[in-house]
This record gives sequence, C-alpha cells and structure tokens, in this order.
Amino acid sequence: MSTFIQLSVYGLSNGAILALAALGFVLIFKATSVINFAQGEFLLIGAYTFYAAVLVFGFHWSLAVLVGVLVAIALGVLVERFVLRPMIGEEAVAVIMVTIGLASMLRGGVQFFFGTSPKETPRFLPGESVSVAGVTIPYDRIAAIAIAALVLTAFTLFFTRSRHGIAMRAVADDQQAALTMGISVRRVFAMAWALAALTAVIGGILLANLTGVSQGIAGFGLVVFPVVILGGLDSVPGTIVGGVIIGLLTQYVSGYVGGGLEQVIPYVVLVLILMLRPYGLFGQVRIERV
Amino acid sequence: MAATATGVYHRSYTSELALRHTRAERARLVLVAVALLALPWLITPYWLTIANQIGIAVVGAIGLNILVGYTGQISLGQGGFLAVGAYTSALLHLRAGLPVPLSIGAAVITTAAVGAFFGIPALRLKGLYLAIATLASQEIILFAVRNWDAVTGGVDAISLPRLEIGGFVFRKDFHWYWVILIFAVLAVVTARNLFRTGLGRQFMAVRDHDIAAATMGIDVTRAKVFAFAVSSGYVGLAGALTAHYTGIVTWERFTLDVSVLYLAIVIVGGLGTIAGTVYGAVFMFVLPALITRIGQELSASFPDIVQRFPAVQIVIFGLVIVLFLIFEPRGLDRIWQRTKDYIRYWPFRY
Repeated sequence: MSTFIQLSVYGLSNGAILALAALGFVLIFKATSVINFAQGEFLLIGAYTFYAAVLVFGFHWSLAVLVGVLVAIALGVLVERFVLRPMIGEEAVAVIMVTIGLASMLRGGVQFFFGTSPKETPRFLPGESVSVAGVTIPYDRIAAIAIAALVLTAFTLFFTRSRHGIAMRAVADDQQAALTMGISVRRVFAMAWALAALTAVIGGILLANLTGVSQGIAGFGLVVFPVVILGGLDSVPGTIVGGVIIGLLTQYVSGYVGGGLEQVIPYVVLVLILMLRPYGLFGQVRIERV
Repeated sequence: MAATATGVYHRSYTSELALRHTRAERARLVLVAVALLALPWLITPYWLTIANQIGIAVVGAIGLNILVGYTGQISLGQGGFLAVGAYTSALLHLRAGLPVPLSIGAAVITTAAVGAFFGIPALRLKGLYLAIATLASQEIILFAVRNWDAVTGGVDAISLPRLEIGGFVFRKDFHWYWVILIFAVLAVVTARNLFRTGLGRQFMAVRDHDIAAATMGIDVTRAKVFAFAVSSGYVGLAGALTAHYTGIVTWERFTLDVSVLYLAIVIVGGLGTIAGTVYGAVFMFVLPALITRIGQELSASFPDIVQRFPAVQIVIFGLVIVLFLIFEPRGLDRIWQRTKDYIRYWPFRY
C-alpha cells in the first residue's frame, strides 16, 4: 500500500508536468495545425534558463521565473514569425521536419552554452519530505502537482472566459470565419506559440527542480505524443487526463513490473489508441473513409 | 509531341519513357561513372570512409524516399527498420552460420515484412498521425532489441567477423567501397525503374490524391502496404550493410536521431526524386565532415572551441533543414534543375 501511494504521488507529479507540456502542444495544433516536435526542447530551454538565472547570474528564484517567462514568450513569437509562417500551406512532412530542425537547433544551442554534463539543481521548492502512513512524500512533488494544477486551471479559464482565449478557439474552429469576425489570425498564431512555449518553460522549471538539469529533459518531449494521442490531439481537458494516465501508468509499471518496460509502455498505449480510437478520448471525431 | 522537360520533345512513347533523353545527360552519366570508378584512388582514407557511409545512406534514403516522397506516407521509424536489417543479418550470420550474401538477402526480406506490419496503421492514419505512429514503432522496435537478451544480446554490442567471400577477406575501406558502390548503384537503378512500372505509378497516385486513386481502381490498401514493404526492404539492406561494414551492431546506432538524419537527407535532396536522394546523402555527410575539418584547423589557434564543436554540428544540422524547407522545399535536385535550365537558355531567362 505504501509503495502504491508513493508511486501515485510520483506518477501524478510527472503526469502534471506532462500535461503542461502537452497543453502547449495541443494549443499549437489546435490553432495552427502544426505538430511541434520541438516541445521537449522548449522544456529544455525553460530548465536551462532557470538554471542560468539562479545559479549563474544569482537571481532570486521569483525573478528567475520571470526571466524564464519572458524568454519563453520571445522564443515562441520568434519561432512563429521566422520558422513557421513561411511554412503555411506546405505539406505535413515539411512542417514536421521544420520543427525537428528547430529542435536540433535549440538542443545544439543549449549544448553550446552549457555543455552536456548534468548541472546542479536550482531549488526553489521545499526540499524536505513528510511521512504519511509510513510513506515518505517529498514536498516538492506535492508543490509541483499544485503549481501544475494552478497553471492548467488558469489556462482553462483563459480559454473559456477571456477575449483572447475565445478568439483562439474561434481561429481553431474556422480560420476564415474568425477572419471575417475581425480576429487577427496572425496574432492568434503568434500567441499560440508564445503560450505553448510558456507552458513548456513552466514545465521545464518544475522538472529542473524535481529531476535536475540535464539534456535528458528533452526526452520528456517524446512522451508528450502518447499523452496527446490518448487525450485527443485537439482537446485541452484531454491533455490533463492523458498526462495523468500516462504519468501514473509509467510509475506503476516501473514499480510493479520493472525491467525497463516503463520506457515503452506509453508507446504501446499510443499504438493501441491509434488503432482503436485515433481521435483519442476527448478529441473531435473526424471520419474519413478511403 | 510531348515534352518531359522544357525544350525536350518526344515523338514516341519509348523515347518518352527513356531514363535519359539528351546527349548531355548521357555524357554526364559517363562522367559520373568514371568519377565513381576513379574515386578511391583520388581521396584520402578518411574521405573513403565517408564515401562508404554515403553509399550506405543512399540505399537507406532511397528506401525512405519511396515511402515519403513517392507515396506520401511519413515515417519516423527509419532507425527501427535499420536495426531490424542489421540485427537480422548479423544474427543469421553469427548464430545460424548463414553465409553473408544469404544473410543480407534474408535481412532484406525480414525488414520488408516487419515494415509491412508496421505499415498497417497507415491504412487508417494519415499525415501527422502516421508520423506519430511510426515514431512509436521506432521506440517499440528499439525496446525489443534492448530487452530481448536471448536473441539480440540486449544492450551489449555484437561484433562481427570481417566479411569473407570465397577466401577473399574484405578488410579495408577500399574493398568495401566496391561492395557498397554496387549496392548503391543497384538501389538507384531499381528505384528509378520502379516508378516506370504500374506499382510505382500506383504509389504516386496514392500520394497525389488517395480518393482519386481509389476511384481509378487502385487498391489503396495494397499500394500502401507494398510501399512500406518495398521501402523497408531497401532500409533493411542499408542496415545489413552497416552491420557488416562496421563489424559492430549496437542499438545506439539506430536511435531517433538516425531516423531524423535520413528524413533530412530526403528533404535536403528533394522529396520524390532519386537523384536528389543521392545529392542529399552526399551533402548531409560531407557537410559535417567539412565542419569537423574546420574545427581541427581552428583547434590550434582557439583550443576551447574544440569541445563546443559537437554542439555547433547539431545547430548547423538543424539550421540546414530549416533553411532548405523555407527557401528551397524541393531540395538540391530542384536547384540543379534550375541551374541546368539557366545554362541551357542563357542569355534568355526562359
């Protein structure tokens, strides 16, 4: 039982961060129909920016978070303007490849400045742990779940309540109709990329605190695919459910089965979902028969 | 009269179907052949290993281009299929004692079968979804390779003895150059001809418009499964050649980075052109080699630059992909066509 609780806490916290990364992914896909293979590198940029701000420049962690947020917004807007906008109307494979190229540039850039060795962890979440019913639960895991939940709630409110959020949903629904209503599709595209980078950077900062700062963080970007396929590529609630399910599943498999199976189980889920229900749990059902 | 390229006209179907139309094209073919035959005597051993790697990459990238460029099915599982080819050939040779030519043949067939199996999702999925499905197949294949200890030896590398045929041992890069050259030329010729057959035309019809293809009586399901099988066959060959050429088989050679490298070759060379695939392979191997050279030259005057060079390589790799996609999405092949047209019509614009 105590193992179960322990695994659940770890699974939930990983799942919450996955959900954050997946949220950015879904945002981009919904608004611009682009699959972003650089999502893991956005996490990486977040973690290293935070590391650099705290440990290299010696900022207070709150200021470092602010720096991270600004870097994320700048990164998102620049990427949209200079890399993705020229690709509008190109084939799917070209758009996928351009984000892969972008991922390579970002990863190489991080490696250029910081090298490949893992870095000291910039801590801002409490490092102690609490004992509940014989289980040690670190505070930082709980805090990560809380922060992720807060950010996810904020985004859900943003989409349902604010003018910009509603404009984004309108563009996702029908670009031409949105244009005729006076919504600037360009601005929405830029905003989608900026927000996606922002969620990823927050996820990266949390990951930096939980697992340490290393190039391995980019690997989280690949696990985003099972999450978004499970939840549905164009569904915001789907990312939360998908993230939590995949996070818990990998932890349970690693705890009870082991043998490295936890690395591959998300992809097995991914293939099964694609075979049985390609639009995921909450995605919009589009039926096409050829 | 029908025109295949501007200024090239045909009076019969046979002349239109011919692979080479003009005297200049035939002359260039002879030049290339002479250059390829003379190459190993002209370059240093370092560049000879690069030439061999390019040859293997040409075989694998042609396979990928058949799938991505000609049939329009995106695949990120290239690394996994290379692994299947490499391990099949290596294990059949080592454990079952099969002679290498046979084990390579078996690797081609096995990889084609595995490719067709992992192509099954393509029957329901398109575009972005297919890319993600093939990404998963890559992860699953590599997981199987790492953990199926009894067969693949797990994470440990398998080392293979030097290739020996009829008492002759292929020891040096110089020997391997001829083996790889033969396979690369075979791959180019068969692929060029594939797209003059009904099956190849079906692939292109599926790529251009699957619904239209279906209404014309093409069995889209069959065409897609065949495209995956044929493409994976080439990839399996490339994998088997890598295994025997390097003598070491390890899962680390077949990660997602390799899949991305092959896609980059196909994109930089030009989607849906065989010649472009060759240009792409040359470009994507010569460029990093040149950068490494520059790094070595600079290391004397700037010692701390050396340790950063791997990072620079990664950035330039990404930058090349992004720049090609933005400025010349149809790749090196298109640039070459334009240059030819420019010269042919000079001093007129068109």
